[in-house]
Amino acid sequence: MNARGEIDYGTPGVPKGTQSVGAGSLCVPGTPLCRQVTVKLEIDGLAVSVPAGTSLLRAAAEAGVMVPKLCATDSLKAFGSCRLCLVEIEGRKGYPASCTTPAEAGMKVRTQSPKLAELRRNVMELYISDHPLDCLTCSANGNCELQTMAGVVGLREVRYGAGEASLGENHFTDVVRDESNPYFSFDPGKCIVCNRCVRACEEQQGTFALTISGRGFDSRVTAGQDESFMDSECVSCGACVNACPTATLMEKTIIDKGQAEHSVTTTCAYCGVGCGFRAEMQGTEVVRMVPWKDGRANEGHACVKGRFAWGYATHPDRITKPMIRAKIGDPWREVPWDDALAYAASEFRRIQARHGRNAVGAIVSSRCTNEEDYLVQKLVRTAFGNNNVDTCARVCHSPTGYGLKQTLGESAGTQTFKSVEQADVIVVIGANPSDGHPVFASRLKRRVREGAQLVVIDPREIDLVSSPHIKAAHHLKLKPGTNVAVLSAMAHVIVTEGRVDSAFVAERCEARAFAEWREFVARPANSPEALEAASGVPAADVRAAARLYAGAGNAAIYYGLGVTEHSQGSTAVIAIANLAMATGNVGREGVGVNPLRGQNNVQGSCDMGSFPHELPGYRHVSDTLTREMFERDWGVEIQPEPGLRIPNMLDAALDGSFLGLYCQGEDPAQSDPNTHHVVAALSAMECVVVQDLFLNETAKYAHVFLPGASFLEKDGTFTNAERRISRVRGVMPPLAGMADWEVTMALANALGYAMHYEHPSRIMDEIARLTPTFAGVSYDKLERAGSLQWPCNEAAPEGTPTMHVDEFVRGKGRFLITQYVPTDEKVTRRFPLLLTTGRVLSQYNVGAQTRRTANTDFYGADLLEIHPHDAEERGIRDGDRVGIESRAGSTTLPATITERVQPGVVYTTFHFPESGANVITTDNSDWATNCPEYKVTAVQVSRLSGA
Amino acid sequence: MNPDTLIRMANQIGTFFEAMPDREQAVKDVASHLRRTWDPRMRTQLLSTLGGAGEAKLKPLVRDAVIALRQADSA
Repeated sequence: MNARGEIDYGTPGVPKGTQSVGAGSLCVPGTPLCRQVTVKLEIDGLAVSVPAGTSLLRAAAEAGVMVPKLCATDSLKAFGSCRLCLVEIEGRKGYPASCTTPAEAGMKVRTQSPKLAELRRNVMELYISDHPLDCLTCSANGNCELQTMAGVVGLREVRYGAGEASLGENHFTDVVRDESNPYFSFDPGKCIVCNRCVRACEEQQGTFALTISGRGFDSRVTAGQDESFMDSECVSCGACVNACPTATLMEKTIIDKGQAEHSVTTTCAYCGVGCGFRAEMQGTEVVRMVPWKDGRANEGHACVKGRFAWGYATHPDRITKPMIRAKIGDPWREVPWDDALAYAASEFRRIQARHGRNAVGAIVSSRCTNEEDYLVQKLVRTAFGNNNVDTCARVCHSPTGYGLKQTLGESAGTQTFKSVEQADVIVVIGANPSDGHPVFASRLKRRVREGAQLVVIDPREIDLVSSPHIKAAHHLKLKPGTNVAVLSAMAHVIVTEGRVDSAFVAERCEARAFAEWREFVARPANSPEALEAASGVPAADVRAAARLYAGAGNAAIYYGLGVTEHSQGSTAVIAIANLAMATGNVGREGVGVNPLRGQNNVQGSCDMGSFPHELPGYRHVSDTLTREMFERDWGVEIQPEPGLRIPNMLDAALDGSFLGLYCQGEDPAQSDPNTHHVVAALSAMECVVVQDLFLNETAKYAHVFLPGASFLEKDGTFTNAERRISRVRGVMPPLAGMADWEVTMALANALGYAMHYEHPSRIMDEIARLTPTFAGVSYDKLERAGSLQWPCNEAAPEGTPTMHVDEFVRGKGRFLITQYVPTDEKVTRRFPLLLTTGRVLSQYNVGAQTRRTANTDFYGADLLEIHPHDAEERGIRDGDRVGIESRAGSTTLPATITERVQPGVVYTTFHFPESGANVITTDNSDWATNCPEYKVTAVQVSRLSGA
Repeated sequence: MNPDTLIRMANQIGTFFEAMPDREQAVKDVASHLRRTWDPRMRTQLLSTLGGAGEAKLKPLVRDAVIALRQADSA
């Protein structure tokens, strides 16, 4: 069911630049041979112009002529089964389906005639003859396409039925409704077998969980092998529910509450894809979230988190009253906002008076808006008077910022998500998009089904390696911690086999740096054969993958935390950029270096100056001109020296030089490595202020708790992994009475630094005034454009979808040498296995949100994946509780035995605090950024007695 | 802060730049990295290892960078 008020054009639009002008010529977007060809025709007497390839159904809809339809919807390819959208074409016989008939020049089309009306009524009569007539009590009432179409075609009688007096019944009435999924219901009795759900699962999601089983009158939608939805391979993305024109597949919230009366367009608060949604509302209550068709990051698709897991926003665990306590052992005491803020401010000032102004700082969150992050770093640099501000991006993608800035000149990915539709070869390294970035994974899989080749570089057999209609050309199953070895070996192949794009390198890159890099990677020590023992990847596989990547017309690399969260995280990012530059795979659609950001606003929090060494726009604090600009605007002097990073703050807390922390929307006690160390540091602080939705793990060590606002209560912007700035719009007032930006503003004022903004748009105006890459951004422009990709300024007023097109941001691209250095985290006889971590589709990071939704039905506890060989050696059976011990600590988890992991490697998630995954991760970190090495921990696993 | 932690972090930085063919530039790059990303209290503590037991734990490249930092500070 489409979101309220959205027009359904029936079939997808024709992408721009996809028609070849010359016969037989290749269509390369942006070239003279590939431009839009327009056809002119007449529909019901109206002159219409559409791109060639557009269906008559869509051409009519674009002209405002809505042809009746049921099996067609504009998110899916035309199917031509319902026979409602029939039209007449002058000079042609019969009544073709307008959804499957392309518009042609000179056509004269009639969408209404007595004969068409008769045909449509007859078709509708057949549909309704086998459909329950419970419209008044049906959950789709008022938003049912079948109901609407019956009205449109003027159906007044039904002469047929499945049996005598069966009008208003359905021959599947005795089939039990499938209520197994926590979020939607499947009622076969209301199904018209239009196939939209099956096609949505195939075309949009790419899971192929649904099919039409049976034949003729027995045809019915079936999940999996005639299983319930919950038992099938369905991933609960909701695409089928969205596609259903009746109440067959329906959200349970709609069944419970009824249809929405208004909707608000906003942006999801989960992963870095940043999907656009329409929050459908009854007053201030959300009744469902529908993926926004015009959202450029997701184009009408969603995943189980964004689509359904928003109930945490009103969960009873929400804390809505500010609280304070003198000591962390004391009980919390609810106080008015003013008292809490005054107490926090007085404590920060007391600590600064006693221990110096650098003894306090703040952590901002990638779940907060750009405006909120901007204000916190401004508070630190003005009211606190130091640069001790860091973001949780420290522990995920800080190496991306460093590595891409050093090589390409900008701390951001180079493409749009849509760019993958132009890729011929796709390399996925250290990322698991099917789980972590599912909506992008669906795009990627669609491209692979169209013929693009896929290389997966990952220690685990992630879903992309082999899933329905997807088979990776190569899976380089490397040992954890050896990304740089594999990437350098690929570079070796490209250089020594003459596969460098010499013209690109000569024109676009620094000659000396390239020559040094070429000499380095060409050394025998960097050959796949020499590095095979370290990486565990057969040299022939590395060579084949490198040849595939370098030989493609367009090759794109996508990477995630499996690249960054290593002691050589920054080196690996640099190595990826080196590969892209060496093969000329930067600066156009279909290529590039694409970090898949973990959280919704990782990019934005970094952009906003949340790092201790950079002001907004990645400008170093030592840069006098930049500093002076901010000083003039903010009316304070800014320190020219970098402040403390999160791990440094914790270390400094233990040595007594950092004693006050303002922690907004972040939970280091659960999410940061080596929990014992984190807890000791937090316990050593004299004032910890936590601003969050829930009493999280960090709040156990807090002295002030300031209630936060969920994304449904926020007004601002998020910036996703493709640099896309999108509006977040509050659909309900903040439960605690104050928005997060208002709380930060009030805290600054309580500290004696005057901050006054009437609305988050004013904060964005300030950001634009002070940040060249955001100079052209405003709420008004976002309202018009829907979203904008920075840089957005005078040179690029509508934003920049693809970066580094004619030259790199830094001028010439810079190759850097990437020597593979094994991690210090070595396996030994005592710790013979390597633990690596990740996340699953249904849960999100530390689980604070998803654990408070029905997503726990899909994944209710962290598990330890262990290979059958390692399990057998230890006498571990599937489901046994096992002990995991590392050099940092120990914990227990249930084991699941699987060949997804290789022998010698174990894997777990970190969604549940009780599993203590970070009790065992260590202090090791990336050399350049201190991003923790979550992905490599030497451990021993043993079966617990009595397990 | 724990001086061994700081020495280890500094040596990690040195390990990356050790691979560069131009050693003089590598020393500058290590010093620049420390200056541009380390809080002053961390740099001060690292500088204090010079002349003490910690100095021997520094990689030669890092030691030269730290010396360069000290010279720049006193200039």
